[in-house]
Amino acid sequence: MEAVVAIAIGMLTACGVFLLLRARTFPVVLGLTLLSYGVNLFLFASGRLRLDAPPLIQAGAAYTDPLPQALVLTAIVIGFGMTAYLLMLALRALAESGDDHVDGRMKP
Amino acid sequence: MSETSLLPLIVASAFIGCLIPALLARFGRGMGALGAAGVMAGCLALLAPLIPAVLAGEALVTAYAWLPGYGLDLAFRLDGLGLLFCLLILGIGLLVVLYAYYYLPGGHVRLPHPNPLPHPQGVSPPGLAAKPLNPARQAGEGANESLREISNHGDRLGRFYTLLLLFMAAMLGVVLSENLLLLVVFWEVTSISSFLLIAYKREQRESRIAARMALAVTGGGGLALLAGVLLLGHIAGSYELSVVLAEGERIREHSLYAPMLILILLGAFTKSAQFPFHFWLPNAMAAPTPVSAYLHSATMVKAGVFLLARLHPALAGSGLWFWLVSGVGAVTLVYAAYTAFHRYDLKGLLAYSTISHLGLITLLFGLDTPLSVVAGVFHIINHAIFKASLFMAAGIVDHECGTRDMRRVNGLFKFMPITATLAIVAAASMAGVPLLNGFLSKEMFFTETVGHPVFEEMRWLLPLFATLAGMLAVAYSSRFIHDVFFNGDPIDLPRQPHEPPRWMRAPVEVLVVLCLLVGIFPQWSVAPLLGAAAGAALQAPLPAFELAVWHGFNLPFVMSLVALAGGITLYALRKPLFALHDRLPSVHAHIAFERFYEGLTSLAHSIVNWLDNSSLQRYLALFIVFVLSLGGWAWLSGPPAVAAAAYQPADAAAFAALATLIVGALGATLLHRQRLTAIVFASVVGLVVALAFVRFSAPDLALTQLAVEVVTIVLLLLALHYLPQTTPAEDSGPRLARDAALAVGAGAGLGAASFAMMTSPFETISGFYLAQSLPGGGGANAVNVILVDFRGFDTLGEITVLAMVGLAAHALLDRLALTAPGRDSDGRPWARERHPLFLSMLMRPLLPLALAVSVFILLRGHNLPGGGFVAGLVTGVALVLQYLASGIDFAQPRLPRHKAKLLALGLLLAGGTGAASWLFGRPFLTSAHGHAALPLIGEIELASAMVFDLGVYVVVVTVVLMVLAQLGRLSRHGFPEKCGEAA
Repeated sequence: MEAVVAIAIGMLTACGVFLLLRARTFPVVLGLTLLSYGVNLFLFASGRLRLDAPPLIQAGAAYTDPLPQALVLTAIVIGFGMTAYLLMLALRALAESGDDHVDGRMKP
Repeated sequence: MSETSLLPLIVASAFIGCLIPALLARFGRGMGALGAAGVMAGCLALLAPLIPAVLAGEALVTAYAWLPGYGLDLAFRLDGLGLLFCLLILGIGLLVVLYAYYYLPGGHVRLPHPNPLPHPQGVSPPGLAAKPLNPARQAGEGANESLREISNHGDRLGRFYTLLLLFMAAMLGVVLSENLLLLVVFWEVTSISSFLLIAYKREQRESRIAARMALAVTGGGGLALLAGVLLLGHIAGSYELSVVLAEGERIREHSLYAPMLILILLGAFTKSAQFPFHFWLPNAMAAPTPVSAYLHSATMVKAGVFLLARLHPALAGSGLWFWLVSGVGAVTLVYAAYTAFHRYDLKGLLAYSTISHLGLITLLFGLDTPLSVVAGVFHIINHAIFKASLFMAAGIVDHECGTRDMRRVNGLFKFMPITATLAIVAAASMAGVPLLNGFLSKEMFFTETVGHPVFEEMRWLLPLFATLAGMLAVAYSSRFIHDVFFNGDPIDLPRQPHEPPRWMRAPVEVLVVLCLLVGIFPQWSVAPLLGAAAGAALQAPLPAFELAVWHGFNLPFVMSLVALAGGITLYALRKPLFALHDRLPSVHAHIAFERFYEGLTSLAHSIVNWLDNSSLQRYLALFIVFVLSLGGWAWLSGPPAVAAAAYQPADAAAFAALATLIVGALGATLLHRQRLTAIVFASVVGLVVALAFVRFSAPDLALTQLAVEVVTIVLLLLALHYLPQTTPAEDSGPRLARDAALAVGAGAGLGAASFAMMTSPFETISGFYLAQSLPGGGGANAVNVILVDFRGFDTLGEITVLAMVGLAAHALLDRLALTAPGRDSDGRPWARERHPLFLSMLMRPLLPLALAVSVFILLRGHNLPGGGFVAGLVTGVALVLQYLASGIDFAQPRLPRHKAKLLALGLLLAGGTGAASWLFGRPFLTSAHGHAALPLIGEIELASAMVFDLGVYVVVVTVVLMVLAQLGRLSRHGFPEKCGEAA
């Protein structure tokens, strides 16, 4: 299972990085979203993978590590904020420069 | 007030006094000079009461803590050595102030134009316009400085005196520091202020280049000195001189002694213009002559030899010291004397002779016998006196003749007999003629070379060398005297020379009288000061020495006679010698340095231009390359991964999920140019990730991921409405290959890292949270308790960031006019029915249901999966659906208008809950909890943290609404009209 998750993380990172390096704003936003998935999974995995052990306190139950979960929860929400912000920047840049190139200009 | 507290007062008043000439100069140039002289005289007056104690051999020390954690204290020390330098700095400073008043133009020359602005060229930074030097021009043989500077002096005398005082204050700081780090601080200030003084004529390119060169060399040396002093402090265990000077034994035996010594010597040698760092000093002659007389004879260049004298007890006494210091000193002594003999520029000759004499002083400290140290200190005094007077005399010649090229300036004796006599006496002192001060220290030098213990085998070598140096000194001094004041008539001078103003000559007269006084009555005039200074430099009882003009007919005296005769012979043979010299290949160290400097700056420019080409793509690619190399380096150099944990077996569901995820991610990437398709693929990825969270015991994360996923997709779709629907195919093949390589590298790296992490032994720090969640936080959902209680401060920061996103939506998009295309990417017009009845009718009853669900999620969050974040997102989604289904015209009036106020309310709720705990005398964000019975719902656990969670909820809802509503409002500008046109 660890290998499966590791492959997933690697896949998401690779796709995210590739899209981040594109020249237009929209693929960059998309790449950031994919990269966030990968990084969130990575942070989450630092608490190791446990099945059927949610960190809800009950008598005599086993729990997975709650701390990475709390961190990832905030990371997801911040990721949403960042995506939203980047999209708004992209729209603003489009309105200002009439172009959606990340450098604010057409390629010569 | 105790006596020692005068020490910081002297330095402080010098620094504060800097401003006085600048302020007074506007009332006339005389006021500026008077102010500067007043500050120096004031410092002397503060120093005066301390003199008797210091001459008696005391060292006065006082300290105030400044940065005690770094060992840096405002600690000052006045002993004989410091006193000697203080007197030189202040005494010669006073004379220079008087001299500069007459030397610098401004009073008796009026500008024809009233424009007070500096020359535009002068404002440009010196580094930018520089080009490789023209050697012929650089030689600057006799360029007239005083004529040129008349053209734009403006109100510059005040600036001159202020800089001069700043430099003086820094020098006083250097010689009065007890703390070595403090000494380095002042040392750097001398570098900077001398840079400003050399560049005083900033409209001249040579001045700017010379100033930059001086700063680069002495400033670089200052860095080495700092490193050396840090090492020295580390070795000695303190930066206080009192401690360091007593630790000589331990310092010399330390393993770091050699690097420390070399670093400190680098500082001293660059400052004192020792070979091979000597080249900045002749170039610094671009400064006005008063600056040369002050900085390059008496003070700044003496800072290096001061350091040698100061640290002598701690550093000297080793073979390394002997060979390094005496070797560099000896080479400098002879090389510079030889060069001085061949210069045509009067100031150039003096500059090289200064370098040569500094080499002599360095050599004396390097010989490292008690008497040679005494001789070194004595020569510091003598050289300062005669060289300052010589510079001033050269300045008078330049001032009166309009040039200082010795091929043109001849036979001045009949035009200015008094100045000529003074200059001749000073030059004779420089040559080491008896009855003058230079003779005494030179005799001591000769005495020390005879029978130096290190040269047992070759006892003739050092005396021979010394005699050769003496001959060269006589030769260039003869040249200074004979070429300038005799040797026929002046050739084509710009001005008719005559005696300078009475008081311009006065400083020279004072100094020449001192030369004679010291030379004839040494015991009576200089002995007490020399004894105190040499005693401080040795930190040991003084050796027996006799200051007398006549020591009998001994070997040193014979050497003096040989040097005199040989020097005059050399001068007589100057024509064939010069011709020979001209045939030798010439080495211009300053040009080599300048080329090196130019090369370095252009290299830096090209690197910066390559890195910073204002392309975000370039930055990001470089960043990823950097991260990859760091990660790769850590991977290769770190310990091998330990696979200790038991693996979880993978099942079919896991593989299916992985396959789906790969299809989603790859699809979104490969088809990213079809933007709508890419969104669909990306949303698949989000869902799989949410499922993964469910599987791996993270229900809260799954809920949040699901809700965020919906909002994000809606957001992407809304934005895509305005952005181009497709991405043009514009990337070249190599670019795609490069990015693919980077992407594969990053993916493989993070994947491998996460695999290694997941299979390595695991020790959690979360035991506390799990144990305290229920009893301490009053909630069974450990994740939620961590968020709103244990680490509530983080969450507070996070919702603040979110609130800023909401405000940014307002700032970025409000009143932004974007027109969406009227047709989709395939050229089809949009559907005319914008808000299908079916959808809007379905959504309206859904709203209260969704709201009820979100309240439920919010309330149960403390104990079961849920909480403010998820509930806020669910509410947000429900409201956004109303926008989508019924349109902004329906939704907008039904929602709160002032969303920013809602944001503030949410933040206040969260922050206020935290602050409320102050009322109970608890730290910020301490929570309290208890039980309450609600009708219908039953008993629930209430905690103050739930109010905090309510704040989170409000912020999240508002931000989602603000962002989406702003995007939706754009469509009111664009979409309907366009649609109408298209239809």
